[in-house]
Amino acid sequence: MTTGFNSIRTEIEQPQAWRVETRTRLSGAIAVVAIVAVAVLAAAPVFVSRGVVQDLFFILTMLTLAQNWNLLAGYAGLISVGQQLFVGCGAYALFGLVILGGLDPILAIPIAGLLAMLVAVPTAFFSFRLYGPYFAIGTWVIAEVGRLLFAQWKMLGGGTGTSLPREATKDMLGLSLLQDWFGMRASAAADALAYWLALALATLTIGLVYKLLRSKQGLGLAAVRDNENAARAIGVDARRLKTAIYLLTAFLTGVVGALIYLQKARISPDAAFSLTDWTAYVVFIVVIGGIGTIEGPILGVLVFFLLQNAFSNYGSWYLLALGALAIVIMLFAPRGLWGLISDRTGWELFPVRRLLKGGPPIKTDKGGPHG
Amino acid sequence: MPILELTAVSKSFGALVVAEDIGFSVEPGEALGIIGPNGAGKSTLFNLINGNYPVASGTICFDGRDVTHQPPMQRCLSGMGRTFQIPQPFERLTVFENLLVAAAFGAQEKESQVTDLCADILVETGLIAKANRPASALTLLERKRMELARALATQPKLLLLDEIAGGLTEGECRQLVATIKRVHQRGVAVIWIEHVLHALTAVVERILVLNFGRVIGIGDPETIMASSVVREIYLGMEV
Repeated sequence: MTTGFNSIRTEIEQPQAWRVETRTRLSGAIAVVAIVAVAVLAAAPVFVSRGVVQDLFFILTMLTLAQNWNLLAGYAGLISVGQQLFVGCGAYALFGLVILGGLDPILAIPIAGLLAMLVAVPTAFFSFRLYGPYFAIGTWVIAEVGRLLFAQWKMLGGGTGTSLPREATKDMLGLSLLQDWFGMRASAAADALAYWLALALATLTIGLVYKLLRSKQGLGLAAVRDNENAARAIGVDARRLKTAIYLLTAFLTGVVGALIYLQKARISPDAAFSLTDWTAYVVFIVVIGGIGTIEGPILGVLVFFLLQNAFSNYGSWYLLALGALAIVIMLFAPRGLWGLISDRTGWELFPVRRLLKGGPPIKTDKGGPHG
Repeated sequence: MPILELTAVSKSFGALVVAEDIGFSVEPGEALGIIGPNGAGKSTLFNLINGNYPVASGTICFDGRDVTHQPPMQRCLSGMGRTFQIPQPFERLTVFENLLVAAAFGAQEKESQVTDLCADILVETGLIAKANRPASALTLLERKRMELARALATQPKLLLLDEIAGGLTEGECRQLVATIKRVHQRGVAVIWIEHVLHALTAVVERILVLNFGRVIGIGDPETIMASSVVREIYLGMEV
């Protein structure tokens, strides 16, 4: 045996405890900033105009969709281009429950999510037999089947769709309270209610994803993301993890779908199962921001919103430009804008890295943002 | 009772037979070396043993149970650890996290219970200084060490090592042999595929020779290295 090895062995005889840290120096400050940000956003409907509230609603719902797709593609490695299936199913479930079942729209939202998750059980059965690009195409085909099936549902307007009757949303749970408390008009109160639900959902989703990633299952998921074969060989049940993530994201995506269409109050199969709106834009957001990070979709959705506001009048040229921008980012910053930022600064807003600290004094090489 | 027993295991990819009627067994705590020319089916044999590839026919028993149809995950949980010939690190995790996930899942422990285990293995394999570096930043040599470290973190009863000594310097090789010896002395059975024969013979009690997917010899190192069949096939010598 050679030198370095022996000396290290003797050094660990000293009773020095190893410990694991995930918090960084920034964590405390960031937690405060996050709480303030959520509080400011929560207060927004009281101060800003209805137009701004609607914009914020759009940003928050897209953010939730993006966090879900990021969890699915960035962590579970399931590159689905068929998430519009769950948006559509959630939305149609809401309309069905409200119009045909006479249920309160607010109560119908979580049930719509559950129904979307129920749809995910058979689609998981079929699509999980496929890998990589085949899986992607398979999910797309299944979503198209969903769109065509719902276009046959005559009671909900068939191919042309239908509207949510005014009387159904007029007495929505909590609406009269808002009108009384904040003196809002009915339409403004409905927007505010939808907005608060979107804010709660986005916050909850980010919190859930963060908690998951810091858990043992999250560590297993990161291993599956990096190398599925090796993960299986060290005892990670990759299939079970992926199925669980697929079902969870189907539920949340369905809830978002229901919420978006509650706010729109008008549905059609082509809009609710739109590949462009509910998957292409969402993929763009995640890729631009940085796939496989929680920060990425947050940054991505802001960039996307600004681009859309500035250029959406240019029609299909706008879509071409979005595609070109996504390609440029993929080529020159494969880990997205957040990847660029964190490489330069070492920032992590949601640290999940488990750092080994303590132990005997051992000479470690310095370097890297977290070295 | 052997820890691992293969009976008449066969496998082919199309017309190419990669394993034909393979049968051998390994006792608990034994170290077996596997040698053979490139393309003999050595790594394939590991993929069959650990369940990465399904066998076409034959049975594999591990620790007294028939595992022929179990997925790799199950076999790992019952105590089979392996390294890959081409290192397969979890690139975006740190070296420590690579071991942590192996220990938490492979040894079925709580994440908070395995910190010391992982740290000790990192010290033993000389990777402790790199513990908090992302695995993508490791050199090839360090990646090979991490393959071993990660397999050890699953706390295996049987360790499958696939060519981990190739490309090492003399000193590094001696370190590696010492590490494997220590693991072996703790009662872990080892099956080691290796071209670096002096490293192999320093550890193993028996050697198995593989060629064209068939076992052409098994026995103690001296007998195997002296046999004319092995010299002709493996070392390419005229006899």
